Amino acid sequence: MSCIDTILDYGLRSVGIGERLLPRTDFTLCQQFTLIGSGLIWNVYFGIVALSLGFFLATAVAVGKASPNPLIRKPSEWFIFVFRGSPLFIQFFFAYFSFLALKPVAPFFDPLSSAWLGATIVLFLNTAAYSGEIFYGALLSVPKGDLEAADAYGLSGTPRFRRIVWPTMLRLAWPAYTNEAIFLFHATTLVFFSGFPAWQQKGDALYYANYFADKTFNPFVPYPILAGYFILLTLVIIGLFGAVNRRLNRHLPSGRRSRLKLRMNLIR
Amino acid sequence: MPTCADPSVLEGLSWLMCYLTTGKHISLYISVGTVLLLLAITAPTALLFGFGGATAARSRIWPLSWFGRGYIAVVRGVPDIAFFLFFVIALDQAFEWLRHQVKCPDWDEPIRQGSDFIVCAEAKLPLSTSPQWVHETYGFFVAVLTFAIVFGAFAANVLYGAMRAVPHAQIETAEAYGLSPRQTFWRILVPQMWVYALPGLSNLWMVLIKATPLLFLLGIEDIVYWARELGAAKTPRFTDYPHGDWRMWYFLALLVFYLAFTRVSEVVLDRIMARLTRGQATLAGEAQRKAGA
Repeated sequence: MSCIDTILDYGLRSVGIGERLLPRTDFTLCQQFTLIGSGLIWNVYFGIVALSLGFFLATAVAVGKASPNPLIRKPSEWFIFVFRGSPLFIQFFFAYFSFLALKPVAPFFDPLSSAWLGATIVLFLNTAAYSGEIFYGALLSVPKGDLEAADAYGLSGTPRFRRIVWPTMLRLAWPAYTNEAIFLFHATTLVFFSGFPAWQQKGDALYYANYFADKTFNPFVPYPILAGYFILLTLVIIGLFGAVNRRLNRHLPSGRRSRLKLRMNLIR
Repeated sequence: MPTCADPSVLEGLSWLMCYLTTGKHISLYISVGTVLLLLAITAPTALLFGFGGATAARSRIWPLSWFGRGYIAVVRGVPDIAFFLFFVIALDQAFEWLRHQVKCPDWDEPIRQGSDFIVCAEAKLPLSTSPQWVHETYGFFVAVLTFAIVFGAFAANVLYGAMRAVPHAQIETAEAYGLSPRQTFWRILVPQMWVYALPGLSNLWMVLIKATPLLFLLGIEDIVYWARELGAAKTPRFTDYPHGDWRMWYFLALLVFYLAFTRVSEVVLDRIMARLTRGQATLAGEAQRKAGA
């Protein structure tokens, strides 16, 4: 079987299109590359959905944490503390078993215990908490002069936030937020190892890499392939976020622009 | 005082007391000890690896510097969990391969036969004849080593940055006093770098705490394993304490445990930071001096 056939069979295997049976013997390099790459679809899906929805909640939480009203501040602080203070792995387990407990209550809750929705919700809340803390830090470092200028122009309330505070906050937070995004994509690999079942062996990249490592007893092929894919994914994220960073900084003289500084982090 | 001999007649709190002290629950509590032990061993080991990595990266001998930088860069760029899964098999196979080379030099079959990794019986680690606890200890040892390698790279990165953050004038002064590079390193650089390293290291400590549940993936019977085991629904046929699916509550307990742990660490690390800043020529040190005056 040529490599093209393998790609046609397994290229979309992780979403259930193509050959049903996973290869069992005579694993070729092509199969490993194709299946692990196919699993990456899940990682990208989890990452993009959680990140794009989490962005809004993160902004809300950051503003909430900076609020003088304790009724808003306290819940925001607790939200951030709970999700940042506990391991994501345990959060996944807890969420999965809670969703399982909800299942008999009403058929409405059924999709929650499958990975595509349940895990996305956990990742969404988790990234909202982490980015909320980043945004909060940035919110506190918005220059006082900017706010005074806004006052002088007669801006207040929502227009002041939308036009002055928020863009500056984003600009200040962006390098750290880029790291958070990379970090989140790495964290998506935990999903299928933490209770959420891979239905019909439709798993993410690490799931397939682990499958091959278990079957061949040779970790030296699938994991480096996985690593290669993730390094590529990381480069793509850096490229996209770098473009946004340039746009956020375009009004500044070149010396004062904040560069993206990559500080990788691991497990949350 | 009711006894736990016949749990079916117990009710309420006394049932719960008896339930929470069954043999399997004691295993759960011991596995909390395993987590603490892992932290206690890994933290200094990773710091040592980190120190070695950072020193190597700074070295003037290029292969050493290249090795240090490579170690930091590779481990940081890849999802950590992939490393955990990778190193456990890779380290295990590396050890067995080394022992195989030493103990069975006249073995002529290939070690990798298709999908199998075969070494001679004497080279197996641990030996198939050794008792269960040796197997468990060996598994734990590999896990600690894996954690140390991964976290060592992160610590190396932090320490590397901290070494560069020490004001250059300090180094120049040391050289002016005629200290050799080695003396400068040990007497000037190392004592001063800790205050710069501590924020990064304390962050790393938090991450390390939150990484401990991954022990489960390394095949250790840790708290995640026991929480799943104990929480699963039990029928009266197999246990004296039948209950429904309580895994949710067990994981809630773990969640609270980790939250409390990180909170306590935060408070302690803040104190250490305050102690280390005393008398330092930094903004925080200056603020402390003014507050005291």
